[in-house]
Amino acid sequence: MTKDECKKVVLDIIADIAPDEDLGNVKPEVRLRDQLQLDSMDFLDIVMELRKRHGIEVPEKDYQQLASLDSCAEYLTPKFDALAGKS
Amino acid sequence: MNTRSHYDVAIIGAGMSGLAAGIRLAHFGKRVCIFERHNAVGGLNSFYSIGGRKFDVGLHAMTNFVRPGVKGTPLGKLLRQLRIERDEFALCEQKQSRIAFGPHGETSLRFTNDFAVFEGEVAQHFPAQADGFRQLVAAVRTYTDVSLDTVPVSARTVVRSHITDPLLEDMLFCPLMYYGSATEHDMEFGQFVIMFKALFLEGFARPFEGVRVVLRVLLEKYRAAGGERRMKCGVQKIVTHAGRATALVLEGGDEITADHVISSIGAPETERLVVAGGGEPASAPGPLSFVETISILDRQPAALGWGSDTIVFFNDSAHFTYERSTGQVDTRSGVICIPNNFDYGGDRVLPEGIFRVTCLANYEQWAHLPEETYRADKTRWFAAVQRSARRFLPALASDDALTAATVTTDMFTPRTITKFTGHLGGAIYGAAVKHRQGRTGLGNLYLCGTDQGFLGIVGAMLSGISMANYHILQKG
Repeated sequence: MTKDECKKVVLDIIADIAPDEDLGNVKPEVRLRDQLQLDSMDFLDIVMELRKRHGIEVPEKDYQQLASLDSCAEYLTPKFDALAGKS
Repeated sequence: MNTRSHYDVAIIGAGMSGLAAGIRLAHFGKRVCIFERHNAVGGLNSFYSIGGRKFDVGLHAMTNFVRPGVKGTPLGKLLRQLRIERDEFALCEQKQSRIAFGPHGETSLRFTNDFAVFEGEVAQHFPAQADGFRQLVAAVRTYTDVSLDTVPVSARTVVRSHITDPLLEDMLFCPLMYYGSATEHDMEFGQFVIMFKALFLEGFARPFEGVRVVLRVLLEKYRAAGGERRMKCGVQKIVTHAGRATALVLEGGDEITADHVISSIGAPETERLVVAGGGEPASAPGPLSFVETISILDRQPAALGWGSDTIVFFNDSAHFTYERSTGQVDTRSGVICIPNNFDYGGDRVLPEGIFRVTCLANYEQWAHLPEETYRADKTRWFAAVQRSARRFLPALASDDALTAATVTTDMFTPRTITKFTGHLGGAIYGAAVKHRQGRTGLGNLYLCGTDQGFLGIVGAMLSGISMANYHILQKG
């Protein structure tokens, strides 16, 4: 999986949990929290949707890795690749 | 039909909070079953039919209304968490509501879903209090209620540090108490803040078809997520072993097991199921109960001159007393609801006029009456409650105009509440002591709903969501 594909996965999840947010201009390097109205309940949902849809586990100590789209891609892409390698 | 006998999570009660918890859990793959002893969902916020007419119970208005685009409020959180589109609830805004105090409502404060209207009214009627009121509003806006275990502070004390006119103080407390306080005379300040935001800073709305729209949406989400429910299937006993709930004995005698149990039926009510083998529950039922009269009219209330007020909170006495009624009913204060007076858009109007009045009542004085006395008392108090409420609405063309327009009536009493919701003491707002973290004496049994402490229907749903997240989903 490319990093852009990984960002797309995260954006798709955000689009479903926060349909009232405009995701057209999300800057990948800026913290999601600083450009979208997302609270801790929403971040928990991003983690849980990653598990539900893609079988990706994000332990609580790593939640800060999901701060921006760039850091999400950095952190999640190897996990997606590892999962793809296994199957 | 479902025959499973083990679930990841069993939920007791299919009210708003139980359904919301169920949606969250089922959405994230838990095997969930809701056990409901009635054949209808909704619990405290439900509806029933008599003679082909549907009556709402509970819901006067949905509080916490904000317009699309306003984020970070309870309504927005609940829609996101339950994956509900705003339009599914099809909420229609109130026209205006009032707080009317004095023997004939001489002092009246209007409010709408635009907070500036209320601020203006306070400044106009209480000019000397305008600054204090602004400070109070600032304190409410900046109060952070994130912690589940802050030290309780008296709301009366905080409000008095800003507002020095006891009349205004009482007028602010009246709606907030009537719409969600389980304690007499005072509230915890955190609860005051939640209610102040829900009623004044946010606002009132209602779906055209009433509470059943909300219930329909919840049921559909729950079903689509794979949740099960068993109706007319109450829980008669929670079996425990070594500090955990190990099984639920259902009313038919069947037994089911679950890793986690969430009970939405109230703290003392849940304890009763745990100690069903013997012993007395530790927590006391709440002290406050209510009666409500419902009149169905053959015309729109506007035709009687009652076309502008959606909700009116009234009090006729020098002081507003929010406590367990000493008589069967306390008609000094109450709440009028005219569901026709929401703005349903265009020419759309409810097919019939509806006029509802709620007053405080005493459970003990209703619960044990012989049937004949019960009926006679209902008739007598119906008239007294309506007479009291009418003082706060525009005068009718003739004294019998309301009676002449009335097609049918109904009334619920504290006894009705206990019969249909299972809440001990007819306590709609539950026990006086809340359990913010939803914990019980048993490790895998949690509370949600009324006795967890988030009130109103938005609060109820958020309660179910929070408890499902906190106790189960966050733990993987």
